[in-house]
Amino acid sequence: MPKRVGMEVSIAVAETVGLCNADVVAAYPITPQTHIVEHLAEMVAEGELDAEFIPVESEHSAMSACLGSAAAGARTFTATAGQGLELMHEVLYVASSMRLPIVMAVANRALSGPLSVWGDQSDVMAVRDTGWIQIFVENGQEAIDNTICAFRIAENKNVLLPVMVHIDGFYLTHMIEPMLLPDRADVDKYLPPNNYPLPLWPEKPVAMGDFAPPVLYSEAKKAQEENFAASKQYILGAWAEFSKQFGRQYRPVECYNCENASTFLFTIGCFSETAMTAIDELKKQGRNIGLVRIRLWRPFPYAELREALKGAETLIVLDRSISIGMGGPTCSEIKAALYGQPQQPKIVDYIGGIGGRDITPEGFIEIINKGIAAARDGRHPEYEFYGVRG
Amino acid sequence: MAKSESEITWRDLNIGTIVTEPGSSVDYRTGSWRSQRPVLDSSKCIRCGMCYIFCPEGCIKLDEKDQFFKADLYHCKGCGICAKECPAKAITMAEEEE
Amino acid sequence: MTTSVATRNQLYEVRWHGRGGQGAVTSAELVAQAAIIENKYGQAFPSFGPERRGAPVVAFVRVNHDQPIRIRAEITRPDAVVVLDPGLLQVVNVTLGLKPDGIVVINTRKTAEQIREEFKIKHALAVVNATRIAKEVLGVNIVNTTMVGALLKATGVVKIESLTEPLKARFGKLADRNFASMKTAWEQTVVKEKE
Repeated sequence: MPKRVGMEVSIAVAETVGLCNADVVAAYPITPQTHIVEHLAEMVAEGELDAEFIPVESEHSAMSACLGSAAAGARTFTATAGQGLELMHEVLYVASSMRLPIVMAVANRALSGPLSVWGDQSDVMAVRDTGWIQIFVENGQEAIDNTICAFRIAENKNVLLPVMVHIDGFYLTHMIEPMLLPDRADVDKYLPPNNYPLPLWPEKPVAMGDFAPPVLYSEAKKAQEENFAASKQYILGAWAEFSKQFGRQYRPVECYNCENASTFLFTIGCFSETAMTAIDELKKQGRNIGLVRIRLWRPFPYAELREALKGAETLIVLDRSISIGMGGPTCSEIKAALYGQPQQPKIVDYIGGIGGRDITPEGFIEIINKGIAAARDGRHPEYEFYGVRG
Repeated sequence: MAKSESEITWRDLNIGTIVTEPGSSVDYRTGSWRSQRPVLDSSKCIRCGMCYIFCPEGCIKLDEKDQFFKADLYHCKGCGICAKECPAKAITMAEEEE
Repeated sequence: MTTSVATRNQLYEVRWHGRGGQGAVTSAELVAQAAIIENKYGQAFPSFGPERRGAPVVAFVRVNHDQPIRIRAEITRPDAVVVLDPGLLQVVNVTLGLKPDGIVVINTRKTAEQIREEFKIKHALAVVNATRIAKEVLGVNIVNTTMVGALLKATGVVKIESLTEPLKARFGKLADRNFASMKTAWEQTVVKEKE
C-alpha cells in the first residue's frame, strides 16, 4: 500500500531508487543533488539497500563506472547536476551509443560562469544531443513515479537506453511536500528484474566500445537513431502500465486549461506548477490561456506537440536557459517542430528564471501579457530577456 | 561602498564579471552572522598576541592607542577561538545583546 | 487568535528567520509534515544556496487545507514571520512583505511592548523566551522546535498534536523532550493584536 509522506523530494528519489533495488550507485556529490546520493550512501551503509556504492573521484568517473556496471548487467543509478553533468559529457554519448541502461537523476542547475549553484535548465540544454531518453518532472510525486518508470524503460530489451530524469534543482530537490511513496511489493510488481542481453560475462565474451571507420560510422548511427525513435512506443507503454497499476498517467506533452484556448504559454519543469497558478488567476478574470508543457524531451514529441498547439494563435515560450549567440533553446526546438505546419502561431520567446531567479505567479501573468502585446503588435525579436536589470 | 547586489544592472558589470576592487570582500560585513561576541578583560591581558595569531578571519587588530588586541566587530563571526586560545583567559564569549 | 488566523486563509504562508545551524529549516519541515499528517497540503523549503553556519537564513512553509500547493517560488508576502534569533532583528528586516494582518513571532526576553517600541513593528506580535525554555527543558540553546509551539499558539496553522509523529521521525528518543519544550512555549507565548 502506498504511504502518504511529507519528505524532501531528493530523499524520496533516493528511497525510490532503494525500492527499485538498484545494484550499483556510482556518484559524486554536487549541489543541489547531494541529498540524493548522501541518502543513498546512508541506505547502503545501514543495509536498507543491498547495493554497491562507489564513491568516485569525479562525475567523469561516475559515468565511466556506470558504463562498466550496466555493461555487467547490474541495475545502475547515478545523479548529478550542472557542472557535474558537463564534466561527464563525453561519456554520456558513449553510454547511449553503447546502449547501456543507466538511470540518472539530474538536479537541473545553472552552468557557470558566473558560478551558480542555483536552478535553471542550462545543464539540460547542453546534453540534448547525447542520445539519452530524457523526462522532465514537475513535482515530487512525478519524481518518484518517473524514477520507477525510468528503470523499466531503460532496461526494456527493446529499448536498452540510458534515461535522464530532470528534477529542477532546489525548486524541486529541496522541497518538502506530500507524496505517495509506493511499497516494495508495488514496485516489484511493476519493475521486472534487469536482464541485459549481452553483458560482459566471461563465459560468453563480448567486446564493447568499439571503433568505427568512416565506412561503418553512419550505419552505426542510423541503427542507434532507429532504435531511439522506436523506444517511444515502449516509453508510452511503460507509462500506460504505470497508470494501470498506480493510477497516475504521464504523457509526452501535458496540457492545462487548453480547451478553447488560442493563446498558450509554454514551460518545462516545476515552474509549470507556478504557471498553473497564474493561469487559474487569469481564468478568474475571464481570460482563457492554455499551458503546454513537454514531459518527454527526448525522443522529441513532434506529433504530440503539434497536436497540442493546433489552433494556437499565439504561443509564449518561457526558456529557463540561454544559448549565448542564439537565444532560447526550447523555443528554437518548438519553432523547428512547427515549421511547415499548415497553421503556425505567432511565437514570442522569453528567457527568465535562470540562475535561481524566481518567477512568481504574478511574474507569469506579466510574461503572458507582454507576450500577447508583442504578438499583437507584430514584434518578433529572437527572444527577450525577462526580469533583467538595466 | 559599491551598489547593493539588487541594484547592479548588467551594464555595471566588468568583462567576465571580473572583480577589480582589491580586498573588496572586506565590504561584506559578516559580523551580522555571529550570536556571540568576544569580550576582553584588559586587566588580565598580557599582550601576547595569541588571539591575533589564532583568529581565522584576521579580524583581531592591535589598537595603536592602548596597545590591546581588539576584535573587528564588522567581521568577527564569534567563533570563540580567541577565547579558547588566550593563555591568560582574558577573553570571554558573551551572547549578542538582543 | 489561536485558530482563526490560519484557517481564514486558503493558502497560509510562513517565513522563518534564523541563522545557519539553528535549525530554521527543520522547524519549517516539521510544520509542513504536520500539515501533511492532518491530510492537508504542506510545503517547506530553505532559502536556496550554500549553507554557512551563523549566516542569516530564511526558510519557508506553505500550508493549504484542501488544494495542492503548486507555487514554486520564495514567499514574498507571508502571513506570519518567525524569528528564532532576536539578534536578527538588528540586521534583517523581518517584516519585509508581511501582510498587514500578519503576525511576527519572536524568540525574545523582552515584552511585546518593548519590541514594538524598539523596532517600530506595527503588526500583531507573539513573543516568548524560547531560549530560556529550550535551555530548561532541552538543556541546549536550540530553539527551533520550541518556536514551533509559539507559531502554533499565534496562528493555529496546524494542531500541536500533529507534531508528535514528525518529531518522533526526526528526533527519535529526544522527541518527547522537544514536544515538551514546544508545549511550554505554546503555553507561555503572549500574543498581542496589531496597533
